[in-house]
Amino acid sequence: MQSNTQAQAAVPLKNGEDRLAPAAARRGAGGKISKEWLYRGISAASLLAVLLLWWCAATFGWVNPLFLPKPQTVWSAFMDVIRDGYKGQTLLNHIGTSMRRLFLALAAAFATAVPLGILCGRFRVLRAIVDPFIEFYRPLPPLAYYTLLILWFGITDVSKVLLLFLGAFAPLFITAVFSVQRLSPDRINGARSLGAKGWKLYAFIIFPSVLPELLTGLRTAVGVSYATLVAAEMVAAVSGIGWLVLDASKFLRSDIMYLGIIIMALIAIAIDLVIRSLIRRVSPWTEQ
Amino acid sequence: MIYEEKPDQGILLDGIGLTYGKGASERQVLQNVSLKLEPGEFVAVLGPSGCGKTSLLNILAGYLRPTRGTVTINGKRHTRPDPGVGVVFQQANLFPWLSLARNIEFGMRMQSISKARRRERVAYFLELMGLETSAKLLPHQLSGGMKQRAAIARTLATDPEIVLLDEPFSALDALTRENMQLHLREIWHKTGKCMFFITHDVDEALLLSSRLIVMHPDPGRVVEDFANPLTEGAADPSFARIRSSADYSRLREHLLARMDGVNTLI
Ligand SMILES: Nc1ncnc2c1ncn2[C@@H]1O[C@H](COP(=O)(O)OP(=O)(O)OP(=O)(O)O)[C@@H](O)[C@H]1O
Ligand SMILES: [Mg+2]
Repeated sequence: MQSNTQAQAAVPLKNGEDRLAPAAARRGAGGKISKEWLYRGISAASLLAVLLLWWCAATFGWVNPLFLPKPQTVWSAFMDVIRDGYKGQTLLNHIGTSMRRLFLALAAAFATAVPLGILCGRFRVLRAIVDPFIEFYRPLPPLAYYTLLILWFGITDVSKVLLLFLGAFAPLFITAVFSVQRLSPDRINGARSLGAKGWKLYAFIIFPSVLPELLTGLRTAVGVSYATLVAAEMVAAVSGIGWLVLDASKFLRSDIMYLGIIIMALIAIAIDLVIRSLIRRVSPWTEQ
Repeated sequence: MIYEEKPDQGILLDGIGLTYGKGASERQVLQNVSLKLEPGEFVAVLGPSGCGKTSLLNILAGYLRPTRGTVTINGKRHTRPDPGVGVVFQQANLFPWLSLARNIEFGMRMQSISKARRRERVAYFLELMGLETSAKLLPHQLSGGMKQRAAIARTLATDPEIVLLDEPFSALDALTRENMQLHLREIWHKTGKCMFFITHDVDEALLLSSRLIVMHPDPGRVVEDFANPLTEGAADPSFARIRSSADYSRLREHLLARMDGVNTLI
């Protein structure tokens, strides 16, 4: 009996029992996926219902068309703007201008806040030096210090990019600090025992360990910067999607205003989708 | 296993003491632990929970600085973690963003070993561990046993002087554990590494080790240190043969009693 178990066990165990668990997990996920589609269908139906309500309200004159233009009017405004642009610039140009500001700021914030945050997470002294400044400006509404930035840099892209940079910096920095502090000591110790030290420990272990959380932080940062961007373009700009909406409002072009707002929303959704797919790509193990 | 005995070869723990806390909360966890671990030994460390086994391992690994005493490896002081001392944790602790093969390769990459050599060694260890078909999988796609095998392979790949294992199989089910034990012993025979193996499981210690150490708490110290008579001599005794030998149950009782603090004669 005993020698029997021995003989079985001596065969190096390969895939037999090992494969069982993932297969079962997959079956479970199958049920979840079909449910997921059901909810998506419900969301789509709800969206269609509101569109229909909009169409009825505008067509049957329930609401003044200045407040609520017909969906068709917005659509034809869209076609017009696509063809002729708005105030001397194409629609793509306006969107491009806004996106350039946003991405420059986010890239700069990621490239600075993440290394600084990681170091502050590892070295308490460094954090003590940096913390007061972060804590001071973080709760401020960005538009409050935008006035200062305009004073220094004028109504330029520089002041806007700086504004968005500051807005994105704090959430990224804080995410980096906390996710580094939460790293398990075993992770670091194990890596050091394998010969990782100095910058290699940061580049090959600490950074990839916190990357999923950093991308989640980036999602927050994008939200903050995007809101700030639109507001800043409304306060002081001569181009960009936020400016387009504000400018249209001066001429009571509600069709253009609706169009601009819908485009803003679609852009935000698209950016979020990209980041979420990025998170899924870099950290498939956090799925379950 | 035959190896040349040289005076400063092996791992030397000399008068290790460790105290946690200060003042009223001061607690002596290790007191005057002195051991010489020879190359090629399989040392099983037994002891009740809280007797300082993990603390001793952390000192050996270089994660923790002892309050007193020194660790010397082949004549050189060892004070911080390096690939000379490999560590296998209770949870496999693989890097979740790296495939199994890349995990095994990691230590060699850190040591700037050439790509061709890395590939060769990764292939060797994948085969040794029976993981060839899973090389490209990510850790979360592996079973517990596979993860732990990968962790052992990752540690061995850097060719350490000694491998420290802290209850590496305690999170596995009984069947997988027995497989892992067989596997580990086979690897020990093939590589001839010195193993420092912490366990709660007296049977595991008796089946695998060439030397048995028992520790007692308050303060943590070595109270028993002897060659395992069950595995002595025989080249590769099967687990069944060890279990059915006359000495087995007597030694087992003795060790259990010693872990409990009762003194009996072998
Ligand atoms: N960081 C710490 N600070 C204070 N006391 C500690 C610390 N780490 C461990 N201890 C204490 O040291 C003693 C030994 O702990 P250790 O983890 O080495 O025991 P162990 O033998 O590995 O136990 P187990 O078998 O449960 O893993 C315990 O009493 C524990 O409470
Ligand atoms: Mg322990």
